[in-house]
Amino acid sequence: MNLPVLKAADFASDQDVRWCPGCGDYSILAQMKKVLPELGVPREKTVFISGIGCSSRFPYYMNTYGMHSIHGRAPTFATGLKSTRPDLMVWVITGDGDALSIGGNHFIHCLRRNLDINIVLFNNRIYGLTKGQYSPTSTEGQVTKSTPMGSIDHPLHPLSVALAAEATFVARSIDAHVKHLGETLKRAAEHKGTSLVEVYQNCNVFNDGAMAYAQERKQRAENVVELEHGKPLIFGTNNDKAVRLVGNHLEVVNVADVPADDLLIHDEKEMNPSIQMMLARMRYPEMPEPIGVLRAVEGVATYNEQINDQVTLAKQKKGEGDLQALFNSGDTWEVA
Amino acid sequence: MTASPTTLKDVSTVSGITVRLAGDSGDGMQLLGTQLTNTSALAGNDVATFPDFPAEIRAPRGTRAGVSGFQVRFASEEIFTPGDHLDALVVMNPAAMVTNLGDLRKGGILIANEDGFNEKEFKLAKVESNPLDASVIEEVYRVIKVPMTTLTRDAVAAHGLSQKIADRCKNFFAMGLVYWLFGRSLDPTLRFIQDKFGKKPDIAAANEAALRAGWAYGETTEAFGESYQVEAAELEKGTYRNMMGNQALAWGLVAASKLSSKDMFYGTYPITPASDILHELTRFKNFGVRTFQAEDEIAAVCATIGAAFGGTMAVTASSGPGIALKAEAMGLGMMLELPMIVINVQRGGPSTGLPTKTEQSDLLQCMFGRNGESPLPILAPRSPGDCFDIAVEAWRIATECMCPVVILSDGYIANGSEPWKIPDVAKLPKIEVKHPEGSDPDEPFMPYARDENLARPWAIPGTPGLMHRLGGLEKEDGTGNVSYDPANHQHMTDTRAAKVNRIAERIPDQDVYGETSGDVLLISWGGTYGACHTAVRNCRKAGHSVSHAHLRYINPMPKNLGELMKGFNKVIVPELNTGQLRMLLRAKYLVDCIGVNKIQGKPFAVSELVEAIQEHVSTAKGGKSESDVRSKAG
Repeated sequence: MNLPVLKAADFASDQDVRWCPGCGDYSILAQMKKVLPELGVPREKTVFISGIGCSSRFPYYMNTYGMHSIHGRAPTFATGLKSTRPDLMVWVITGDGDALSIGGNHFIHCLRRNLDINIVLFNNRIYGLTKGQYSPTSTEGQVTKSTPMGSIDHPLHPLSVALAAEATFVARSIDAHVKHLGETLKRAAEHKGTSLVEVYQNCNVFNDGAMAYAQERKQRAENVVELEHGKPLIFGTNNDKAVRLVGNHLEVVNVADVPADDLLIHDEKEMNPSIQMMLARMRYPEMPEPIGVLRAVEGVATYNEQINDQVTLAKQKKGEGDLQALFNSGDTWEVA
Repeated sequence: MTASPTTLKDVSTVSGITVRLAGDSGDGMQLLGTQLTNTSALAGNDVATFPDFPAEIRAPRGTRAGVSGFQVRFASEEIFTPGDHLDALVVMNPAAMVTNLGDLRKGGILIANEDGFNEKEFKLAKVESNPLDASVIEEVYRVIKVPMTTLTRDAVAAHGLSQKIADRCKNFFAMGLVYWLFGRSLDPTLRFIQDKFGKKPDIAAANEAALRAGWAYGETTEAFGESYQVEAAELEKGTYRNMMGNQALAWGLVAASKLSSKDMFYGTYPITPASDILHELTRFKNFGVRTFQAEDEIAAVCATIGAAFGGTMAVTASSGPGIALKAEAMGLGMMLELPMIVINVQRGGPSTGLPTKTEQSDLLQCMFGRNGESPLPILAPRSPGDCFDIAVEAWRIATECMCPVVILSDGYIANGSEPWKIPDVAKLPKIEVKHPEGSDPDEPFMPYARDENLARPWAIPGTPGLMHRLGGLEKEDGTGNVSYDPANHQHMTDTRAAKVNRIAERIPDQDVYGETSGDVLLISWGGTYGACHTAVRNCRKAGHSVSHAHLRYINPMPKNLGELMKGFNKVIVPELNTGQLRMLLRAKYLVDCIGVNKIQGKPFAVSELVEAIQEHVSTAKGGKSESDVRSKAG
């Protein structure tokens, strides 16, 4: 039997895409459409759920099932859906304000429950839809419409938060690094459990260039290290720099200056998240920022599996529920 | 286990007894009350209960704030309330006595645990001297002092328990005494003790010993000359069981799930007095019930919407403060036009209010407490047993109309209980739920096409060819695409409202107890049914022209209600709020309803309502009231 082979275009809905010209969202949308056909999941089994924000218009542009919900709550809608319909592939599309500010609570709880869904967090470090206020990931001192003298909030770092919540899959990619983005999305989709992909995404209207150090090809080599499982963290235009663990902190060294055995080898499968947390805390400009998969651990039961297993087990133990038997159980009496 | 003993003393037969058991919140009064209720129901009595407990898990011991009470009325006739005045009051300490004595009728029996009355307890209860010693007490009531703690210790001494554990058995001693006094069989409670404590044989044996000692005390001591007997009530033929309101809601939901061949998803966050629905539903996993204890109320309702999107029977429940948090998502559910049930077990408000006390003050919240034009159907059960039928009806309406349906219960119904006639499951009507199949690929799918009920199709993910996107942005009629078109917004707003209003065509006309015209019509809703019905019945027996209409459908209201109101000279609306249904009735029907309102965290007494009816009957005679004339002229 020949199954129809889907193409990226098959996943495009008939709606006009209405992001600002030059927005990083276009790239993420394009990569998603490219990756989905490779996963082999039919369109009708694919669901996109979003909250509120520019990124959250995403479901309208996909020819799949979708729900544009309310601010910050997308993971909770996904929880109800995936718990009752484990056969569906569910994606949550969210932004830094949506996921970490108003939805911070749900973000944490979704990760710790390890619901088998994929969260793609578009991080542009600004509020785009409400036109330019600072977000929970904005840098300290950032001047925005609501912080004319500079933000005094300490920023939240999504990867650190996710690791603190014992997330089983934590990754980062960049809108402009399309190949890397596509591969990361694919790996997230293949992970069993909640997968979080933070995507550095440029808002060219309200926060243009905020992450240029990572986005621009010329700067990227110096400022970003691409993680690969089982490989050392080597970076730099000439692949001449690396990261090494010394005591309880990480430092940058010249590859030429240290023996190869001294370099930190990336282990995404390590259950203890301590070193992964150190990676999450590497920040520009002091350190190169990691992209790729920081953590991908397996064997942790998912929420949807367990909620359904309990139902199966209860049916095995007690038999399929019988209403009449329930009504007549316990103390009853006859009125003749 | 030997069977229950029988008395050799005189027995007088009475038609009904109201008894309240009151003690410290650690004394086991709720357990005592529940056992007495079940035993009375099993004896064939009609029963009605009113548990009343503090909001704190353990309020300071011995204080007035820590008093926990349980009132039960059992009768040989059909009853609708747990009674206004007590025939008997059992108190375990001075605080329980001083806070409850006012409800004991003159000549009523006061049974006091004498051991609980000492200097330390007087101080805790803030009384200057022993209230049992007040000479007036003996003159007004039949006072029976029983050293329950001492007698219990003696009774359980053989079982070698610590004094603390032994003292804990004294509620079973009190139970035994009450059972003797009202001719109740010990058997159901002996069975309960075996079930509950069977794994701890010494505790089981001690509780049984205490129970029997209490019974023997009544039989042997000269304090009691006779006991009382309440004959079985003449209820409709059938098999019965005792049912509490929250339990009935849970069972009704499970029934609705079975009748519609749908698994259930129940998303909630614990809150008094709704939590027991969750506890009950967790028992029904083998019925395909998935319960989700969310991180907060918002997560609970949103997960419920997610489950509804997936094609499951989805339910969420809370009390007023939690419903406030759910409001935005309820608006989304209404906009997405997905079927689900939202239960509000009301408690005293505003804000955290009175968590363990009853009130009906969330009606306007559920009618209007969302942004924008956001109409939702609202149903209200009238009694614990009615919760079952309301749950099934709510799911039927939700699926027929494709929208969230609100059930407004309250703390009084939730924790109260009554005999429930067990239905024949085979005769319960099925709930037909349809999901569209994959459509013709040449025909674009219209997620917002409408059927005769104005409901849109419930197309669920996984169905090929029906891919669509929902969301809270205004939808274009038919396609469901985002639309800012002004005329479309008007049209969709009107359609959503019309969809809810059209439910009136499919619900029964409002029934009336009494004539369909006359001096006074009393309109009530929710948990005040019993008190209102009994008051109207009493007034009718006294020859007054008064009828009663109790609303179970609040939005929309039955379509004959307006006409019905116009047949009476006066309409009075008793509510445990400041006049929320009255406001709706006045606004909708331009009839000048008169409120009878109470906000005390307590249900209506029948006598309060009788008084109100009598007052209005006398002024309503001989024509329209002044205010009626005004409203017609205006």
